[in-house]
Amino acid sequence: MTGAQALMRALEAVGTTTIFGIPGGTILPAYDPLLDSPIRHILCRHEQGAAHAADGYAQASGRVGVCMATSGPGVTNLVTGLASAYMDSVPVVAVSGQVTRAAIGGDAFQECDATGITLPVTKHNWLVMDPGEIAQTIAEAFHVASTGRPGPVLVDIPKDVLQARFPYAEAGPVNLPGYQPKVKPNLRQIKEAAKLILASERPVIYAGGGIIKAGAAEDLRRLAELAGIHVVTTLMARGAIPDAHPLCLGMPGMHGNYTAVSALQRSDLLIALGPRFDDRVTGKLAAFAPVAKVIHADIDPAEISKNRHADVPIVGDAKLVIQELIAVLEAELATRPMPDYSAWTGQLTDWRTQFPYRYHQPEGGLIKPQYVIERLGQITDGNAIYASGVGQHQMWGSQFINFRRPRTWINSGGLGAMGFGVPAAMGAKVAMPGDEVWCIDGDGCFQMTCQELATMAYEKIPVKIAIVNNGYLGMVRQWQELFYAERYSEVKFGWDIPDYVRLAEAYGCVGLRAESVDDVDAVIEKARGIDDRPVVIDFRCDPFENCYPMVAAGASNDDIIMGPEFERDHERVHEPQGDMLYDPEPPEEDA
Amino acid sequence: MKHTVSILVENKPGVLTRVSSLFSRRGFNIHSLAVGTTESPGVSRMTVVVDLPDKPLEHVTKQLHKLINVLKVIELEPGSSVVRELMLIKVHAESATRGQVFELAEVFRANIVDVTSDSVTAEILGPPDKLAAFEDLVRPFGIIELVKTGRIALGRGTRGISDRQLRAAV
Ligand SMILES: Cc1ncc(C[n+]2csc(CCOP(=O)(O)OP(=O)(O)O)c2C)c(N)n1
Repeated sequence: MTGAQALMRALEAVGTTTIFGIPGGTILPAYDPLLDSPIRHILCRHEQGAAHAADGYAQASGRVGVCMATSGPGVTNLVTGLASAYMDSVPVVAVSGQVTRAAIGGDAFQECDATGITLPVTKHNWLVMDPGEIAQTIAEAFHVASTGRPGPVLVDIPKDVLQARFPYAEAGPVNLPGYQPKVKPNLRQIKEAAKLILASERPVIYAGGGIIKAGAAEDLRRLAELAGIHVVTTLMARGAIPDAHPLCLGMPGMHGNYTAVSALQRSDLLIALGPRFDDRVTGKLAAFAPVAKVIHADIDPAEISKNRHADVPIVGDAKLVIQELIAVLEAELATRPMPDYSAWTGQLTDWRTQFPYRYHQPEGGLIKPQYVIERLGQITDGNAIYASGVGQHQMWGSQFINFRRPRTWINSGGLGAMGFGVPAAMGAKVAMPGDEVWCIDGDGCFQMTCQELATMAYEKIPVKIAIVNNGYLGMVRQWQELFYAERYSEVKFGWDIPDYVRLAEAYGCVGLRAESVDDVDAVIEKARGIDDRPVVIDFRCDPFENCYPMVAAGASNDDIIMGPEFERDHERVHEPQGDMLYDPEPPEEDA
Repeated sequence: MKHTVSILVENKPGVLTRVSSLFSRRGFNIHSLAVGTTESPGVSRMTVVVDLPDKPLEHVTKQLHKLINVLKVIELEPGSSVVRELMLIKVHAESATRGQVFELAEVFRANIVDVTSDSVTAEILGPPDKLAAFEDLVRPFGIIELVKTGRIALGRGTRGISDRQLRAAV
């Protein structure tokens, strides 16, 4: 058979059912046997879309996402998507075409050093120079992507290798001597951890994305309940324990809630399970949780003590770590009671009632973005999958939706890539067709990858997209307001360009718009009723709403800014007035 | 602080790039890097001298271990390892001063490998401080150019990099 046929067969053998991609000269041979394969190929409109779709597919389902592109510009367009998956430890396999073996290194048409250019943003990559190695490499690629700390990989295959005829042999067992992820935790460290927990007074579980990747959500809940310890869930761990659970404190960090931030800050023991002490969570590192001892469990030994020294380092899979910890704690509890955390719990409860997320929706005023997201969360009852762009809307999404399950909040957390939302939602819907999938997007983010509307309309992937249209690059505008003396440089887009409703319709989607608070529920309900094509809703929101609480970049978590709703006791600071009012008129035609 | 790290890698294309770019990407400063084959076919050994002013070496070794082609990583402590570098050094030496350069070379057991009417090139092998001492002493004559191989090192005694005890040190 040909190398290309071998590629398809190898992809089928590892369980691939869906590929997101775009063909081109060098990958063309691989597109031919695709016609005879049961694999569904989704023809994207941009390779960045294909890579983010594979990411969304993987985050929503836990399966490996696959994308495919041609050499040169095809691969360079994948890079943002791979980088995002790399930062968020998402298992993605990218297959790319390369110029023929003889042409490599000669600046051939559409040649680029694909393995070189993706080196810093993949867990590993391969250039396959022999058709006989295709099947084995694909098997290795899936193994590396999905085991240990998951991540994206790339397999680059020259065109003539895809075309070469050779006798096919199935992949043998994967044998990578330099790659032996340690999944089973060390029992001595688990016992050490239990000891610290039983000696603590103000413990907090700091749950990160690793919990979701390890499928450890249920175990996390059991641990929290057994020990009576509250849990903060980072942006990447939202849904790891239901928000409605009495022990769930929600998101910490730059735009986290007061209780979650302060719980970390004041705790005497951080039980860190699969987070990476990102600076968006810790704030100024030197001032982070100053008196806390740290138990840090991670599948990647390089994460432990990278940013914050771990008193008890535990290398292992989060699920196994938690299960062993539960076993050790249960044995201990046979002889002694759990420590009395009631004073601490009381403190947390006080904070929670005093400092919830707050915003004010004036009657008859512009729609507040938080209102849109809160209603969306309530109407869908936290039961959908929500993908998001990057910016204020993302933070509000994390704040105002009550997540019920893991794998329902899909983000570009580490890279923070605008344009992630639409294609990631597409990937999520393809992976989980029975789920209702929403993309909560900003008007800025949406415009970076909205061409995937065409893909979704054509492929009948009925995703719903809620554009929180504030007419600005809102998060940047907020920083300019707060840190650049309200000098708004190059952040205004306007509400009207493009006309999102007409753009949606041009792409074969349904376009809806909400201009007042009264429209909000109705358009959400209407969108929920449409299931044969994508729906885009243009929510025209207050351009000057800011996201609070906020810990300024580089500041200590102790210096959390609560925002005007707290400072002025419900009086609005940024009630748009006079000239400051955002101008919803379209610009003069023909200047 | 400078550390000497010995890395066993699979001898595959691109491995040197993976290792060296990992160092630069993570902000670790490479002081020298030497690569060559080993007693095992398919396995190469890199000796990297890395400068880490404010991070523990563990940060480097853990990141290196994450590379799929990296088989083993150990630190070679100065006290318990044999460390060598090779230097070629070309200095100004006219007839009046040539004798002095020759004498110094002899003391340091350096070999004179090239002589012209106004220059002498010596090769010298040894631990880095020996090379540095030689370099200092010939500097007054005027160094025209010099080149070093980068450091290579082996642990002292019978144990090798693959032995358990040695690995436990990292
Ligand atoms: C590709 C990319 N470019 C730039 C940024 C910097 N950035 C972060 S948030 C943001 C504004 C996002 O605006 P919008 O999508 O309208 O969302 P909003 O903050 O208004 O909710 C920008 C420009 C980024 N994260 N990603």
